[in-house]
Amino acid sequence: MQRIGVFVCWCGSNIAATVDVVQVAQALAKEPGVVFATDYQYMCSQAGQDLIGAAIKEHGLTGVVICSCSPRMHETTFRKTCQKAGLNPYMVEIANIREHCSWIHKDKPTATEKAVILGRAAIAKVHLNAPLTAGTSPVTKRALVIGGGIAGIQTALDIADAGFPVDIVEKKPTIGGKMTQIDKTFPTLDCAACILTPKMVDVSQNEKIDIISYAQVEKVQGFVGNFSVTIRKKARYVDESKCTGCGLCTEKCPQKKVPNEFNLGLDTRRAIYIPFAQAVPKVATIDPDYCSMLKSGKCGVCAKVCAAGAIDYKQQDELITREYGAIVVATGFEPIGMDKFDEFAYAQSPDVVTSLELERLMNAAGPTGGTLLRPSDGTHPHTLVFVQCVGSRCDGGEKGKPYCSKICCMYTAKHAMLIRDKYPDTEVYVFYIDVRTPGKNFDEFYRRAVEEYGVHYIKGMVGKVTPQDGKLKVQASDLLGGRQLHIDADMVVLAAAIEPDKSARPLATMLTASMDTNDFFTEAHPKLRPVESPTAGIFLSGACQGPKDIPETVAQAGAAASKVIGLLSKDALTCNPCTAQPDELKCNGCSSCENVCPYGAISYIDKPFRGPNRTTLIRRVAQVNPAVCQGCGACTVACPSGAMDLQGFSNKQIMAEVDAICR
Amino acid sequence: MQMNQEFKPTIVAFCCNWCSYAGADLSGTNRLQYPANVKIIRIPCSCRLNPMFILRAFQRGADGVILCGCHPGDCHYTTGNYYARRRMTLLFSLLDYMGIERQRTRVEWVSAAEGAKFAATMNDFVDTITKLGPNRRLEDLRCKSE
Ligand code: FES
Repeated sequence: MQRIGVFVCWCGSNIAATVDVVQVAQALAKEPGVVFATDYQYMCSQAGQDLIGAAIKEHGLTGVVICSCSPRMHETTFRKTCQKAGLNPYMVEIANIREHCSWIHKDKPTATEKAVILGRAAIAKVHLNAPLTAGTSPVTKRALVIGGGIAGIQTALDIADAGFPVDIVEKKPTIGGKMTQIDKTFPTLDCAACILTPKMVDVSQNEKIDIISYAQVEKVQGFVGNFSVTIRKKARYVDESKCTGCGLCTEKCPQKKVPNEFNLGLDTRRAIYIPFAQAVPKVATIDPDYCSMLKSGKCGVCAKVCAAGAIDYKQQDELITREYGAIVVATGFEPIGMDKFDEFAYAQSPDVVTSLELERLMNAAGPTGGTLLRPSDGTHPHTLVFVQCVGSRCDGGEKGKPYCSKICCMYTAKHAMLIRDKYPDTEVYVFYIDVRTPGKNFDEFYRRAVEEYGVHYIKGMVGKVTPQDGKLKVQASDLLGGRQLHIDADMVVLAAAIEPDKSARPLATMLTASMDTNDFFTEAHPKLRPVESPTAGIFLSGACQGPKDIPETVAQAGAAASKVIGLLSKDALTCNPCTAQPDELKCNGCSSCENVCPYGAISYIDKPFRGPNRTTLIRRVAQVNPAVCQGCGACTVACPSGAMDLQGFSNKQIMAEVDAICR
Repeated sequence: MQMNQEFKPTIVAFCCNWCSYAGADLSGTNRLQYPANVKIIRIPCSCRLNPMFILRAFQRGADGVILCGCHPGDCHYTTGNYYARRRMTLLFSLLDYMGIERQRTRVEWVSAAEGAKFAATMNDFVDTITKLGPNRRLEDLRCKSE
């Protein structure tokens, strides 16, 4: 039998005004096992805590019930109090008689009666509490960043700065991500490459950072502090340690007709290539889909010209397995495909481009050397039409995304402004649903585009774009003017919605990290824990969590890094002791629990049991890894033989509460 | 129990720790009233609710049982409420079969920000159960002391 102490708090008048606390204490004193009951004005105050501590010692209490405010408020406080007094902190239960009683009822007798019942339920539960000890698990002091865009780069740099080793896994041959393709950035118009490439160099020179490029995560095992990750490093047919990045091979390769993905297919590259001049690592890669040597064994020009002897046609994919304490997801975004938007004639005319393609057409390192020319005939365009929200804010439709892509309003203002600045003879029209400019200096920037640069902003939708006689006939509505517009444009630019990178979904499954319906990673709490995934040890950086501009991405990257640093600076992690526990004698090894566990905390082992006549029986039984189990209890209900129970919220404890309430 | 006395049903509300329990706290913080018949039991997640607990409550004389959890997709443990939803659907059809009025059990999603929804839900549920009258069918008289 437990020796239980009951402490009823007045909470000043918050509880005492509607609940007769003295009567509650007296009534609960009569409950079985209660050896001490009292009330006090402020239990959470130092004096109140001292009172509890003294009573624990004086009456040799083995369980404590505190009738006070919500456990979400002071459960930890009171657990610590009891721990100090030598009682196991998990021998404390709280009856919530403030938020769930005194504050919602006006009638004193009713409220008092309810408070007594809530107290009884807590007493009934505490009778069945067992002392729990939080276990610990060690932490591997190395982080993995998945994705080498600006988000991943910033996270890795910040983690490395704190002295922890970091690996970046990037699926492309170079790090840098989407930002490398952007010309200028809003609202300051500084050049993206000028601010990004020095960071890429920092990454490559940082001893703590290891770049694993042209690679993909293939398998993730383990849990917070102890992940084991297998990474597939694809064969690039060039020895990274030998290649000097001179680029001679990329000039001599006879296969010239490969669409250049870095310029979004607006020009071509060779079969052996370095994505762009500032690539990190600056190493050539052979595209096996186009290399004649790899396809038919005939050619070998690159091997002949390579002075360093770096070409290796026999190279194989390499599997790397490493241990990490934390994983940061920074897989970023991509613009959605335009194939569902026939009305804009994207497939029919090369002069209809997406905004990212326009970035390349305006970039000094792009296919046109920075001069804006029509892709169809290389002439200078005079009339440009920008269409906003292509695929964004489409509710319910199959076609697009329900959300706002956030960055399009601003980059369109930037494009319009830059074009008008460089080519004052052009007319620029922007069709929009709303212009959204929440951000520092954003609205000023947009207004400059309208007022200073004379960009025509028209509220309305573009209905159809028809290529005709070298022009693009744009039919649109002007909502504010209440009329139909027909514009003969030279180029149409589509602000394509952005969506999470395609690699995100399979990755989320590997990490058991949750995603929303749009495949963006969900955060542990939208306001208070925005850079953590609900899965412990997984952190989120950049647009994989939702559309973001560069400053926001960098800020989030830093925040994710600081969370990782906080985790890696611990030597061991304290686990939540309220975890599931199987009764091995009842377990029949059916895997029901394993299937519902959202964390992969349950595994099976073959365990020897004593059988009849000194035989040994090997049985398959469930095992819960307490470091991974978060204590949701899904398995306890799924278990058909009732072998699983949750410590701290056991079947018996909850049943006892039910009984006490229904008595 | 005297029948001519005003019927005060006993109602057990199971609330998941992360959303609904916090929602109930919020309705307290905002002083939103609901009847004292509702007694809340905290569980870590709606998926911790074993259908047995509901049967037990009815057996012990509860007149209504309600489960509150995070909105679908918002469960702190990602998928817990989906399991809960399926299990409850199954349990409810069993209760149906046993002749327990369908209105005596309910599943409701209440977020930590929905204090008002919590109070409104409880008011409505208590109303429904009061109209329905006491639960007699599943009550086990052997469990009653008097
Ligand atoms: S935590 Fe609320 S339903 Fe799972």
